[in-house]
Amino acid sequence: MNNLNAKATSLARNFGEQVLDLCTLVGHSVMQFFGSLGRVVEFAFRTLRHIVMPPFFFKQIGRQFVDIGYYSLAVVGLTTLFSGMVLALQSYTGFARFNAEGAVANVVALSITRELAPVLAGLMVAGRIGASIAAEIGTMRVTEQIDALKTLSVNPFKYLVVPRVLTGTLIMPVLVLIGDVIGIFGGFLVSVYRLGFGPYGYVEQTIRFLEPIDVISGLVKAAVFGFIVTLMGCYNGYYSDRGAQGVGAATTNAVVSASILILIFNYILTQVFFS
Amino acid sequence: MNKIELRGVTKSFGPKHVLQGVDLTVPRGSSMVIIGGSGTGKSVTLKCILGLMQPDTGEILIDGQHVEKLYGRKRDDVMKKFGMLFQGGALFDSLPVWENVAFGLIHGKGMGREDARGVAQLKLRAVGLGEKVADLFPAELSGGMQKRVSLARAIASNPEIIFFDEPTTGLDPIMADVINELIVQCVKDLGATALTITHDMASARKIADYVAMIYEGKIIWTGPIGDLDRSGNPYVEQFIHGRADGPIGRNV
Repeated sequence: MNNLNAKATSLARNFGEQVLDLCTLVGHSVMQFFGSLGRVVEFAFRTLRHIVMPPFFFKQIGRQFVDIGYYSLAVVGLTTLFSGMVLALQSYTGFARFNAEGAVANVVALSITRELAPVLAGLMVAGRIGASIAAEIGTMRVTEQIDALKTLSVNPFKYLVVPRVLTGTLIMPVLVLIGDVIGIFGGFLVSVYRLGFGPYGYVEQTIRFLEPIDVISGLVKAAVFGFIVTLMGCYNGYYSDRGAQGVGAATTNAVVSASILILIFNYILTQVFFS
Repeated sequence: MNKIELRGVTKSFGPKHVLQGVDLTVPRGSSMVIIGGSGTGKSVTLKCILGLMQPDTGEILIDGQHVEKLYGRKRDDVMKKFGMLFQGGALFDSLPVWENVAFGLIHGKGMGREDARGVAQLKLRAVGLGEKVADLFPAELSGGMQKRVSLARAIASNPEIIFFDEPTTGLDPIMADVINELIVQCVKDLGATALTITHDMASARKIADYVAMIYEGKIIWTGPIGDLDRSGNPYVEQFIHGRADGPIGRNV
């Protein structure tokens, strides 16, 4: 009887310890999450403060317009072109089931401008630019170039972070606007040359159906996504750990966190615009 | 008057107490070298003085002014007194050599690009580099040349205080001696106060007016370079002779 009691007590103690360990783990993870969230928000506010305060590094801003804007054109163009083409094919075969093939132009225009162009461009730019920003700033951190900036009386936030975040926020709507045109053109190509739509009718239907809010909502999303991608790239690079592994982790974190935030903010912004 | 003064500076990273009350004075116009093994707190001491790290407790005075809690414009004003040669050079790899040297003049002091280029070329000449190097990028230079460019950048704005972080690490003995001589010459020409951290004793002997030894986050001995060999401190003696056996554990 005593043995049984001892065993039960021991089991209960082990169970209690395991529950406590689990609680500690969960608590630690929650605290780490909110700690990181706080640091990102603080970083974002610090960036916004420096955006409006001189000095401004115009040469750096110009360089970022080329890096982020010009060199992303091909990626965004190809992504939206094929998205528009696939969308036309899919919606045609789907709508054919209930004789609504005529709505292909409307679906393509609406989907591209409201959702696909901003979200896909955001994700592609997160992969291309977010990773490159995190790797560049992370390497500067590891090789003490950021410390060197400080010793030369240059604020690293103004020199490294502001030009990238400002450019990302301003250039993404331009990229998405170009993506809108290319995506709709992709749908047009498939609809006219593959599905037998009349070219004038397709264009006329697209123009008649689209409303300014469809395009504007996509551009606002693009600006927010541009801010998120460049901010997360800068944040992860700026606080990169030492060594090649640290820079690698910063790059991965920049892309993953930006991609997740894009999807979350896409829902929030859609709710704001269209609910 | 002392140019740099540290009083009871402490700094911890989590459970690791790196600086445990550093007291140090560097007289104006002198060259102080801090020696010590890896992980004893040399770099952290330097970064605390530079404001790249915030000490947990203690006081840091530059020209008698407390700087340990300075931010923003006031910190920038103090930073203008400093020049720094980083261990790995820390040159900006996206900029040509002349722009690296002139960076602080253009962006920190607002000098025009043409004037700054002229100053950069003068400083490059002072460290033994010709005009052809000015338009190269750091990746095109050897380790020794990168150190020289870094030195030229450190002295470009004629700083009152120059910090040298392991200036000879990674260089062959001849190039190391060349860098040591350049450091002595540049500091003398500028009339600057110099603070160097190193574990290279040949470098320390060449550069130093005064030497301080740091061990386990504290300055355990300080004195003129001439007294280094008769310090009477077993830690200093073990370190300067590079002996494996002695009071300094092998795990440091």
